[in-house]
Amino acid sequence: MSDSRAHIGNAEQREAAEARRRDLILRYSAAVRTRHWLVAIAFVLAALSGLALFHPALFGLSGLFGGGPWTRVLHPFLGLLMVVIFLILAGAVAADNRMEPRDWAWLRQYRDVVNNREDRLPEVGRYNAGQKLIFYVILACLVGLLLTGLPMWHAYFSMYLPVGLIRLSSVVHAVCALVLICTIIVHIYAAIWVKGSVHAMTRGTVTPGWAWKHHRAWFRETMTHAANSRPRAD
Amino acid sequence: MALQSLDIRRRSATTTRSPDIRSISTGGGVAKLIDTTKCIGCKACQVACMEWNDLRDEIGTNTGQYQNPHDLSESSWTLMRFAEVESPKGDLEWLIRKDGCMHCADPGCLKACPSPGAIVQYANGIVDFHEENCIGCGYCITGCPFDIPRISKRDHKAYKCTLCSDRVAVGLEPACIKACPTGALVFGTKDDMKLHAAERIEDLKSRGFENAGLYDPAGVGGTHVMYVLHHADQPQLYSDLPDDPHISPAVRVWKGVTKPFALALMGFTALAGFFHYIRVGPNETDERDEAAARDLARKQEKAP
Repeated sequence: MSDSRAHIGNAEQREAAEARRRDLILRYSAAVRTRHWLVAIAFVLAALSGLALFHPALFGLSGLFGGGPWTRVLHPFLGLLMVVIFLILAGAVAADNRMEPRDWAWLRQYRDVVNNREDRLPEVGRYNAGQKLIFYVILACLVGLLLTGLPMWHAYFSMYLPVGLIRLSSVVHAVCALVLICTIIVHIYAAIWVKGSVHAMTRGTVTPGWAWKHHRAWFRETMTHAANSRPRAD
Repeated sequence: MALQSLDIRRRSATTTRSPDIRSISTGGGVAKLIDTTKCIGCKACQVACMEWNDLRDEIGTNTGQYQNPHDLSESSWTLMRFAEVESPKGDLEWLIRKDGCMHCADPGCLKACPSPGAIVQYANGIVDFHEENCIGCGYCITGCPFDIPRISKRDHKAYKCTLCSDRVAVGLEPACIKACPTGALVFGTKDDMKLHAAERIEDLKSRGFENAGLYDPAGVGGTHVMYVLHHADQPQLYSDLPDDPHISPAVRVWKGVTKPFALALMGFTALAGFFHYIRVGPNETDERDEAAARDLARKQEKAP
């Protein structure tokens, strides 16, 4: 366990050093990128199969999964996969998502945020308050989807539970899914909006100017860290 | 359409109208009347149901009751439920109720079903499952106020009483009606069945059952299977026949307002993003930001 951690740590340090050689900053290590995209793929599949079962107008999406019965079979497993991988991802990023006093000030200035007036905003750490909120909303929705999805899972659980609970779970499941899907739309749009973000999550790196502009406090940290980890001449 | 007698009035997971240029629903559609006061619990109806529908349930175990099998299943679409009830006068009453699909005018199963055409309601009022379209999700069980549908462990399809839609379509009465030896089961138009029930209730009242009445619950828009009960004021005495059955508010919200609202909100969110990009534009970094970053880095290197 500790060996594998050390291994990942070393891999990340190598990645960070490689990025510095190219005058870039490592933002998402290969391990984090892998988890993120696994969750993303699981989310897309769970959402498409769930929407097929949710609204008659979208039932055609079940064709992507091999028809109605296959959609019914696969959806709960896809959902479980999404929750499990997200929790592993969350373990890696939770520490950087704690709300701080400056985050509330950032949120109050939402007009400056949406109008690209970033120079007026408080300094931002590794994640801004919007990203942190999205993290917590996703976490809450996934917990809600898991807790309500299990009672709805007819093949394994429904028969042991009262129908009143299953009915309530069905509504709450739909509401959690709605909030999650809308949140992910915002998340995806933010990545398109803030140029460089997609590169960060696909290639791992950002430019110093990107870090300076969007996440200045984090930029300072990485500079200090880089200075400390540089091999000494003596 | 195969048979005019099986014209479809409503279809699950379908937002457009069913073909309905003709209105053939005479006399309020068809109905089965179950007179619990005439039932002797012989189970001939259960046997007839098995026979006509070619169903053979697994041999169960004796639970110390006449009730057999113990519960409805994918292969037992009707079941005599036996309740032993002590009346306030101290008499023991044996209340026997033939359980099965009630064929609601406002069917919770059909409302909940996500698969187009897996559940239909014919113009004559019969609610029928078309198993070839069933995906096995169990939403019909969630939606049903009477706990009727059962999903097969073998083929993962939902099954229940069809009111012998195949027989009714060609002018025959359901198999259970045919088999009943006491006249406790009768079949006809809903209007006729109500008239017949009114006569029975009058007779029961004259013989001391002052609370005798018809069970045709308004909460589900009325049903195409109705009961004559000696104690219509206490339907729960009859093995928990619901007092005021209706589609659960949770199911109504889930299958009602949530669906269009959710699609609208998702569409709105995506559009909001698109127009933000069009109006405000992307947030980009340029050479000045890179220069500022280099300045800060240099300063920070000197500082310690």
